[in-house]
Amino acid sequence: MRQVTAKPKALTNAPFHYCPGCTHGIIHRLLAETLDEFGLTENAIGIASVGCSVFAYDYFNCDMQQAAHGRAPAVATGIKRVRPQNFVFTYQGDGDLGSIGIGETIHAANRGENITIIFVNNAVYGMTGGQMAPTTLLGQKSSTTPTGRSIGEHGYPLPVSELLQALPGAAYVARTTVTSPSQIRITKRALAQAFQAQIQGRGLGLVEILSTCPVNWHMDPVEALTFINEEMVAQFPLGVFKDFDEEVARDGK
Amino acid sequence: MALQEKLTKTAALTGNEAAAQAMRQIHPDVVAAYPITPQTEIVQLYSTFVNDGIVHTEYVAVESEHSALSATIGAAAAGARSMTATSSNGLAYMWEMLYIAAGLRLPIVMPVVNRALSGPINIHCDHSDTMGARDAGWIQIYSENAQEMYDNLIQAVRIAENPDIMLPVMVTMDGFIISHGMENVELLPDRAVEEFIGEYRYPYALLDIENPRTIGPLTLQDFYFEHKRAQADAVVKAKTVILKVGEEYGQLTDRSYELIESYRMEDAEYALVVLGSTAGTAKYVIDELRQDGEKYGLVKIRVCRPFPAVRLGEVLSRVTAVGVMDRADSFSGEGGPIFAEVRAALYGVSHRPHCINYIYGLGGRDIGPDLIRSAALDIKSLKDGSESDSLVRYLGVRE
Ligand SMILES: Cc1ncc(C[n+]2csc(CCOP(=O)(O)OP(=O)(O)O)c2C)c(N)n1
Ligand code: SF4
Repeated sequence: MRQVTAKPKALTNAPFHYCPGCTHGIIHRLLAETLDEFGLTENAIGIASVGCSVFAYDYFNCDMQQAAHGRAPAVATGIKRVRPQNFVFTYQGDGDLGSIGIGETIHAANRGENITIIFVNNAVYGMTGGQMAPTTLLGQKSSTTPTGRSIGEHGYPLPVSELLQALPGAAYVARTTVTSPSQIRITKRALAQAFQAQIQGRGLGLVEILSTCPVNWHMDPVEALTFINEEMVAQFPLGVFKDFDEEVARDGK
Repeated sequence: MALQEKLTKTAALTGNEAAAQAMRQIHPDVVAAYPITPQTEIVQLYSTFVNDGIVHTEYVAVESEHSALSATIGAAAAGARSMTATSSNGLAYMWEMLYIAAGLRLPIVMPVVNRALSGPINIHCDHSDTMGARDAGWIQIYSENAQEMYDNLIQAVRIAENPDIMLPVMVTMDGFIISHGMENVELLPDRAVEEFIGEYRYPYALLDIENPRTIGPLTLQDFYFEHKRAQADAVVKAKTVILKVGEEYGQLTDRSYELIESYRMEDAEYALVVLGSTAGTAKYVIDELRQDGEKYGLVKIRVCRPFPAVRLGEVLSRVTAVGVMDRADSFSGEGGPIFAEVRAALYGVSHRPHCINYIYGLGGRDIGPDLIRSAALDIKSLKDGSESDSLVRYLGVRE
């Protein structure tokens, strides 16, 4: 019998703790497959952030360091500067990256650090119970905006990829999602290109992945996928915002 | 008063709910906060009150604790009664602003739900967060249970805003143990709290067209020292104010508060010194020991800043040996922070008891009656010279 698929070597056997319908799991798998395909599983160093993915160090079969809330890109900078031969990635949520850690994100990108950021945007602080994040949509209900986010009180959803696009040090910036097989394939390609940015020493690579949080959105898993496709994508358009290799960017779309 | 007593109601609340209820009754003009386990519920409940129109507070969901306290500082300086709340790394991330809030003499009241500091990362209770902040210039009040959390928060407003004091106050409770445990809590009527705390009056508020001011300008060799001297003076004066407020609160509720609480200390030969929720468990152990005919007592430190050194000296100078329980290590190589300060407090007393340290419960490690009992019995064996071999003992840890 021919084996057609297997669990990536970059994943351990620890069962994920994520809620049913949470797409953190799919994103972990894609990242692990990409590590395997680039032959980087033995070489990679990952930074787990603070958020639901805090236990990422249990799931990835590589060295990992757990960083304080928002500090992952700065910690990654330190590691990469000391070990430029290693592949260094961070895995961060939108609270971690877009809220408390937006300063680190912008400055790591602006310095053109050769690191790869996997940015999981689920429009809420998942781990602490679904409070409003900077990325929460206008009108979206969260535990700190029970009747919905309003511009007057809370301002606008933060477009992280669009912000980073403006920085010369950011080599690759893309926004994708994992709500369908075709979107999953696009995300995989985006990850590969973000890996290339680091491997080729082009600067910071970031893939923003729109992800579900069915528990805090109070939706079933299918409704959560629909919410991304219909609501989130309207606020956060998918696509490649920046690419060191324009050819690949066009193919990617 | 009779009417108010009738309106006092008892509710089953978690510590976080009790804190949120106290905040609702304090009704600050501004709350700026960032969520962190185990504090999250306080600010989340408060945002619900705002949303439901129960309070008319400007609620700002900021992007970090550093900004939470910064916004609170701005709001307080602008003349608004302002609050925030945090835990652990959130408090650590506020560090810079803690000193600024105190140095600018802004009467901010902040619930802090005690949680161990990273690293490694941990979400459970110890006192490393607030103990680390003990010299930031804030008044610190520790709570034994949800009722005390509620009571302390209301009193804290009066203490902070006293014109002779004008200092920020952090009121703490143990993460999960109190914050998430449910108890009967007696709530005052809203009006009673309103009357007790009075109206917020910050004498130097921005914006005063007649007398334009700058808050926090540069002072160098010329004036910085005088600012700090005045701050130190306010901390000393706070002792009297805390006692006065505690007494007045007692008239309102039958629960009066002092700097410390002495439990069965009248004829005690041995004493434990404890803070926070462990005091509750320790009282149970003291009762058991008393039943066995052992003369044990307990001293609970309620107010840690200002440090009640004189009071501690008074009650502890009568015993033979003291065990100081610290839920934080100071990493000075000389034990926990409370131990160092209790020992210093004992230096000036005529009869100095033996004094050793038990560090326990770090990162939420459980502390049950058995462990407390073992510490209590351990101090009984102290004789002259015997404590010198190990002044600092760790309870319930794998060595
Ligand atoms: C300094 C500090 N502040 C707050 C927290 C509490 N905290 C833990 S996770 C989190 C939000 C995580 O949200 P996000 O990054 O969006 O990740 P998700 O859980 O949604 O995957 C917060 C506020 C903390 N750990 N440290
Ligand atoms: S809380 Fe939300 S983000 Fe966290 S694991 Fe559950 S579904 Fe995923």
